[in-house]
Formats: sequence, structure tokens, C-alpha cells
Amino acid sequence: MNAIPPPLGIVCELTHRCPLQCPYCSNPLELARAGAELGTDAWLRVLDEAAALGVLHVHFSGGEPTARKDLPDLVRRASANGLYTNLITAGVLLDAAAIDRLKAAGIDHIQLSFQDVIAESADRIAGLAGAHERKLAVAKAIRQAGLPLTLNFVVHRHNAERVPEMLALAESLGAARTEIAHVQYYGWGLVNRAALLPSRAQLEFTLQVVQEARARLAEKMVIDYVVPDYYAQRPKACMGGWGRREMVITPTGKAMPCHAADSLLGFEFPSVTDTPLADIWSNAPAFRRFRGTDWMPEPCRSCDRREIDWGGCRCQAFAMTGDAARTDPACALSPDHALMLAVAEGRPEAAPAFVYRRIGHAPASVSAEPVPAEATV
Amino acid sequence: MNKAVSETVVPTFPPGVKFRFDSVRNAWVLLAPERLFMPDEQAVEILKLVDGVRKISEIIDILAARFADTPRDVIATDVSAMLHELAAKGALRL
Repeated sequence: MNAIPPPLGIVCELTHRCPLQCPYCSNPLELARAGAELGTDAWLRVLDEAAALGVLHVHFSGGEPTARKDLPDLVRRASANGLYTNLITAGVLLDAAAIDRLKAAGIDHIQLSFQDVIAESADRIAGLAGAHERKLAVAKAIRQAGLPLTLNFVVHRHNAERVPEMLALAESLGAARTEIAHVQYYGWGLVNRAALLPSRAQLEFTLQVVQEARARLAEKMVIDYVVPDYYAQRPKACMGGWGRREMVITPTGKAMPCHAADSLLGFEFPSVTDTPLADIWSNAPAFRRFRGTDWMPEPCRSCDRREIDWGGCRCQAFAMTGDAARTDPACALSPDHALMLAVAEGRPEAAPAFVYRRIGHAPASVSAEPVPAEATV
Repeated sequence: MNKAVSETVVPTFPPGVKFRFDSVRNAWVLLAPERLFMPDEQAVEILKLVDGVRKISEIIDILAARFADTPRDVIATDVSAMLHELAAKGALRL
């Protein structure tokens, strides 16, 4: 028998609404409007089905998930179902009372994003005046409520020098975990790649700082580090492998193996509104398409890392080559690797202006919006 | 040096870490932020004794009584190594 192991995690993108406009947002360029969002009952059913299927972690994400008034109800149901509940938030809509409501509902952990450590720069990146100050207050309120906190910093050419201060801020705020995550160049990040891509020297600096901090803060703070693909030799295990560990549900109920897989032309993703989660996971052609290693071309097929990186990222292969079934060009063994090198080498001296993430703000020339991904080293 | 001190420590699961039985996989799982651990049988027996009250030495004593064939210092080494490994990953507080 060939039963597919159940997913470990599910990302519930409750909404695309967000008060921030970060130019590297992992949401697709085509943002769903509020009226198209799943209702509370549909999300409650998804949470029931997820638990029955064997999901362990549920990540409430967005957009900004706290923009949904029913968030505490969803957290309560997930928690009652035994799911580990994680809130991924920009924090600016939260206050102490809202945090208490989430705590009472059973939230297990909150991941709070920061754009920088300098308010002026952070607010410019977020496209929201006053955001940084509010986030600092929210971080303190989360800790005062006794909830565990992760600080997430997205790193790029405009803030890479301040990774030491980012880690110091996380330490001073009592975060048990910090993510230093380079921008992943899909979707809005791809649109803004020339404005965001760090230099190789910046990349090396951030890695060195993280390694030193890990040694210094062992048993005090967990630090996860996500590299940008453009200077990589080997690809990341995008989502831990296609259809292998994670499932993403979009605000409108589309089920996908990663955040923006609907950028892959020719794919049809099932909806949780008419198909049970277990059926989607096991049987949906879109989930089976790149699962495992059978789909792989060379050089992946005979590579001894094929079950380590699972061929890298399908959306990156598609964005760079137009063919989602090719080896991720981030891999130095890929016949398309020169495409990545050319981008890194062609990085402009002066950064162009941001294209901020807003509904209806995507440039018309960019129609495909591939994925963000977790590549932890 | 830290080892001699450590047996008096009371290990706890920090906020945000859950140790529970998963009936779908028929296995114990340790859940932490963005982390999942599938402890082996031996680790499960140790983690079941982590209650926020027992010291490491008391956990070792219980296991030593239960597994009388194994010398206490062997058990002590295993318990200490496992707990420190999980602490380094943020899944346990020592």
C-alpha cells in the first residue's frame, strides 16, 4: 500500500487585506478582495478536516489575519481540535485586549514581523507611518500576556547591515525565536527584485552574524536563517517538497502546495468549498504533479540530493524558465543556473523605487507570481 | 562542568511547546514554533516524566528503577544528552 503521509502543517491565509504594503509580500499579485473571502463556517470546517487528516500545526496568516473579526473563533476551534496554533502577523491591528482574546482562545505562539530596527526605514518599507512603534508595543504586550514570541525580519539590501541590531532587539523583547529571512524573489518580491536584492558581501555578512549569534545564544534563542537563492549553489527544499509536508489555503479557499502556486499556468487547484481536504491531499492532480521524485528531470533524477532538496522550487523554475518541471535554476547543476548568476551580476548600483503591494498595484507586464518558500539552514 | 549542576535542574516545556499523542500517526509528537519532533521510544519515556516539578535527578531515578538492568550512570548520560539536545533546539527549558 502506498498511503501518502498526512501533511504536517496547514497555512490558512485568511485574507489578503493588510494595512502594510511591503514590496516583498508573499501574496500573489492578484489579491483577493474582502467579498471573495471564505466565511467563518467554511474555515471552521477546514480546521476540523485538517485535524482529522493528521495536520499538527496550523498557521493563521494573510494578508493580515487579525483583520478578520472571527480570528479568535478560528483559533478556539483549531485549539479544541488539538492543532498547534500559530499566528503570523504584522501586529499593527493588535492591542492588549485583542491579545488576551487570542490567548483565551488558545493561541500557542505568535510570529510578529518587523521591517527594520530603525523606525523611519521600517515604516518606509512597510508603507505605513507609525508601524514600527506599534509593533514594539505589541511585542511587549505579547510577552506580558505570557505568550511565546518569534520576531521575523525580512532582510534585503536596505537593512542587511542591521542584522546584529535585529537580533539584539529580539533578545531584548524576550523572543524565544527569530527568523532572519532574506526576501524570496517571487510575486511582489520578484517585481521588486532590483530594488531589494542584496550584494554578495551583504549576504555573507548576514550569514556570519547569524552563525555567531547562534553560538552565543544557544539554549536561549532559536535563530532560523533563510538564504536568497541568487547566490546559492544548491536549491532550497521548497515547502519541504511539493505536496509532502504543507498545504496552503488561500483566502478564497483554493488549496495549494505552496503560497503562490497558482502562478503556474496550466494548473487547476481544488477548492476546499467543494472537495474534502483529505481528498485534495491524496488525489488532486495538482498535488500529485511534483510529489516525490518520479517527475524529476536530470540532473535531479540521478542526484544524491534529490530527497534533500526535492528539486528545489517549482515556481522559481517556472518564473525563470517558463517550465515548472525543470530543475530549480538556483542549483549550480541546473542547465539554467546562468540565469540566476546573470541576475545577481546585473544587480543595479542604485536601487530603484519600490512597487508597493496594494490591490490593483501590480505592474501589467508581470502576470505570473510564483512562490515564497521556507528554506531553513 | 555544567553537567554536575544540571541534575538538580527542573526541566520544563517552555510556553509554546506541546508534547502530545497524535492518534492519526499513533505516535507522540513534540510541537514547537515552526518545529516538529518525533521522539523515539526512549525519548518518549523521558519526556513523559517532564512535569515541571521533577528534577533531572528524579527522572533518572525513576528510569533507573524501571530499567534495573541498566546502570544509573548510563541512564543519566542518555537523559542528560537528550534533554540538552532538545533545549538547544528551544523545545525544552533547563
